[in-house]
Parts: sequence; structure tokens; C-alpha cells
Amino acid sequence: MRLINRRPAPGVARLLALIPFVLVVVAYLIGSGIRLAENPSDKLLPSFASFAAAINRMAFQLDPRTGDILLLVDTEASLYRLFAALAIAVIIGLVLGIVIGLLPYFRAGLGSFVAVVSMVPPLALLPILFITMGLGEASKIALIVIGVAPCLVRDVALRVGDLPPQQSIKAQTLGASTWQIILRVVLPQTLPRLIDSLRLQIGPAWLFLIAAEAIASESGLGYRIFLVRRYLAMDVILPYVAWITLLAFLMDRTLAVLQRRAFPWFEAARASG
Amino acid sequence: MNAIIVKDVWKEYDGRVILEGINLEIAPRAFVALVGPSGCGKTTFLRMLLSEERPDRGTITIAGAPLPREPGADRGVVFQRYSVFPHLTVLGNVVLGLELKAAPLLGRLFGSSRRAAEDEARGMLAAVGLAGSEEKYPAQLSGGMQQRLALAQALIAKPKVLLLDEPFGALDPGIRAEIHVLMQKLWHERPLTVVMVTHDLSEAFSLGTRVIAFERRRNEPSDGGRYGATITRDFEVWPKRIAGEPRPSKKKTMPGRDDPVPSTGSLRDDPALQGDTP
Repeated sequence: MRLINRRPAPGVARLLALIPFVLVVVAYLIGSGIRLAENPSDKLLPSFASFAAAINRMAFQLDPRTGDILLLVDTEASLYRLFAALAIAVIIGLVLGIVIGLLPYFRAGLGSFVAVVSMVPPLALLPILFITMGLGEASKIALIVIGVAPCLVRDVALRVGDLPPQQSIKAQTLGASTWQIILRVVLPQTLPRLIDSLRLQIGPAWLFLIAAEAIASESGLGYRIFLVRRYLAMDVILPYVAWITLLAFLMDRTLAVLQRRAFPWFEAARASG
Repeated sequence: MNAIIVKDVWKEYDGRVILEGINLEIAPRAFVALVGPSGCGKTTFLRMLLSEERPDRGTITIAGAPLPREPGADRGVVFQRYSVFPHLTVLGNVVLGLELKAAPLLGRLFGSSRRAAEDEARGMLAAVGLAGSEEKYPAQLSGGMQQRLALAQALIAKPKVLLLDEPFGALDPGIRAEIHVLMQKLWHERPLTVVMVTHDLSEAFSLGTRVIAFERRRNEPSDGGRYGATITRDFEVWPKRIAGEPRPSKKKTMPGRDDPVPSTGSLRDDPALQGDTP
């Protein structure tokens, strides 16, 4: 049988999915074992025991200096920035995306502007944000918004443009005004597609968040990673990276589930084109 | 009263003439079928009736008034595809027309007015044979049922003119025959003028009161696209069909294309030999 026609059984598929993870852990253990055998105080590839100690220190003990649980404080600070920025970006994406995608005057006026703005590298704007907005929360949230919103705007505009023109004609023959078409035809069909592009933007959003926190911050997951880097504290950095990955992964899954639950029509409609 | 009058309409795209010199008068309550080879501009003509396109020359008037510059609730439409909204249930698709009319700001009805609208929509769904499917989404319906839904959705807005763009073209023959019966019934029952584009001649003659053929009189590559299609045939269907007076269904003498093979009363291949064998 050709390779393209061979399919793993469900159990085998799950096992196959595990293999890369196991391989990475095993490779780490071997590397770490070799280095620790040479130098027991090696900091580059710490043992799992020192991870456990670091996780216990960061996530379950009060920090002696501040009296807080550091992981909790960092996560709260980071998620606040991330969610605030994503909420703002989603609103911008929806409003601008729909008017650009649907209304020819706005497409003519804003379409190429947004296309150009989305090409500005957001990190290059970070100094400007720090200068104009200070080092507080606003500049970090603004960086994420600037990084994510243009992509959302363009994607929403494209999705709106992809709606069959028959739908808009049909709505007009039912007497719909432009506002009613936006509210009852375009917006409900855009939301599930917006979730798709939001899922793709979670990665960049974390990138901008950690970049902003690394440069100027007093809390946050990115701040902590770059702080303990000075002490080569790999035992803290690696669990933090794993924690960030887990958070991002959970956000992605949540959005996928939300899309299925809130828009039960979407999958079939997408399949039937 | 509601006659559609088309006077000397021309349409060009990018220097290519699509339609030329179209003159047509459509009586109220007529069921006009537009036929012609593909690319002959019959859909373009329908889009002009819909105000999706505007003629480059000539005028179109409905009930004496020039055609509005954009589509509106006076003219309903059913397309071959994408006529219904995938994000609304069957009931939601039909209620939508009532909600848009009654709630300009939110486009939604609540409470007793919503229940009244739903009852009206259920009545319409029952009339097109979709009772029991109210809570399904269009993607869960077959092609024929989707077009029934599209008809219900268009008719709930009570248009004076119903425009059909190859509405049954993608359906299986058996399903198409069923929906033809429904289409006839709806046309008899409601005060509608229907204009239907179709590429199926038998459909045109079995539904229409009048069949109009669009064709290019000249179509040579050397013409450079300077000759458009125009009306070349205009048949009144005989015996006359009169809206609101459905004939009692009588046995057809000739089977239609989509009808089952008529029984000859014997299993023999050669009915001529029947009875008078020497």
C-alpha cells in the first residue's frame, strides 16, 4: 500500500503524538546527565530535581522579599496586559475590518493605509511608545495592539470581502439597511472567522508582550525570565517557558472550543463552501 | 399597473457589448422565462432588473416609475446558490425578512412581536413544505430544500416581482419536478410577477406564461465584441396559463424530460405488434 493511504489506528496515533515529546525529554535528560556528571553545579541543563525546587519556590512559596507568590503575580500581570491588548485589537479589527471589507468608500480611504501600517515592524515603534506613553502598562498594551490589530483588520476585511455578493443583494431585497446588513448578516458571519485569525495572532501577541516586559517592566512572565537570566537560572527560565507555552496553548484550545460551541453552523457552512 | 417596461436597453462590459436594443414589456402577474445560450447576457439582464447593474443606455420602469438605483424589498430574488444565510436557522432565515422590516435599529424582534413573526414564518415554511425543519441550519438541508427555503425567505417580504436566477439548475431531476409544482402553486397563490433565468428549455415551457430567448445575431471573433445579444424569440406559452387559475392537472400527452417513462401497457419492446398479430 502507498504511504499516503496508510492510516494509524487511533491508539497508535496517540502514541505517535507522544513520541516527539518523549524524545525531547529524553534528549534533555541525557544531555543534562552528562553535564551534571562532569560538573554537579552546572547551571545550563539543570536536573529535574532542581526544576522541582525552582517551581516550588516560584509557584508555592511566598517570596521572602515581596511576600507574594511570584509566578502568580507574574502571570496576573502578563495576562492582564495580554487580554486588555487582545480585547482592544479585536474591537479595532472588527470595526475597521468590517467597514473596509464592506463599504467601498472606506476601502478606498483606509485599505492601503492599513496595508502599509501592518508592514511597520511593531518592535521598532517600541522606543516611540516608551517615549510618548511612558514605561507603564499603556505602552506595553499599545505595542501588542499595534502588532496584532493590523493583521486582524486585514484578515477581517478579507473575510468580509469573501462573503458571497449574493448575500448582500439578498439582504437588500429583504429591505435591509447598511446598518442592518452589518448587524445581522456580516457581523455574525465574521465572528467565527475572527476567532480563527485571533488564534493565529496569539503567538505574535505573546512575542510582543514578552519583548515589552523584557525591556521595561517590574512584573510579568517576560520580566522574570529576563531578570533571572542574569543569574543563569535555567531552573526558573525553562519552567516559565513551559508555563507560557501552556497558557498560549490553552488560549488556543479555548478559542477553538468557543468557536464550535458559539457558532454551531460554522463548520458545516465552511465545508459546503 | 405593475408592468415592467424595458426600453432600448444596452449593456457593455470593457468595450464588449453584452446586450443590445432590448425592448420588452412584462405584464403584471406574468411568469417570464428567459432562455438562451450561456454568456448571452440573460443573467446580466436579470441583474439589471435587480438594480445590481445599471443599463448603459435605455430605461427600465416598474409600474411607471424608473427602477430604483439599488435592490429593494419590492423585488425578491432567489439565486442558484448562496441565497440563504448559513448562520441562521431555517426559521431564522425566514423571520429575518420580517425583523428587518419591523426593527430598523436592531434588526431583531423580541417578545410578542417576535412570536407573531415566527408564526407568520412557520406558515410560510409550511407552504413551501419545510415544516418540521425550522431549527436546522441550511447546511443540513439538501439542495432542493435550500431552494424551498430561499423561496420562503424571498416571499415573506411580499415582493411584487420575484427574480429567479437559474434557481433549480443545480437540482436532481426528480427534486426539480417537485419544486416546479411548488413554484407553480406559489405563483398562482400570490400576487407575483416572476422573471426566471434558466438554461433548461423544458423548465421554461413547463413553468412560464411566456418564454423569451436571448441570442447574439452575430457572433464572429472578428466582430470584436461589438454585437450584443438581443431578444430573438418571444413565445406565448399555449394553452395560456393564467395566474390564480391553476388548471386541473390533466394527463400530459407527451412525457416531460424529467418525467418517468410512460407505461405502454405491455412489457414488449415493440408496441406496434400488439393486438394484430397475424
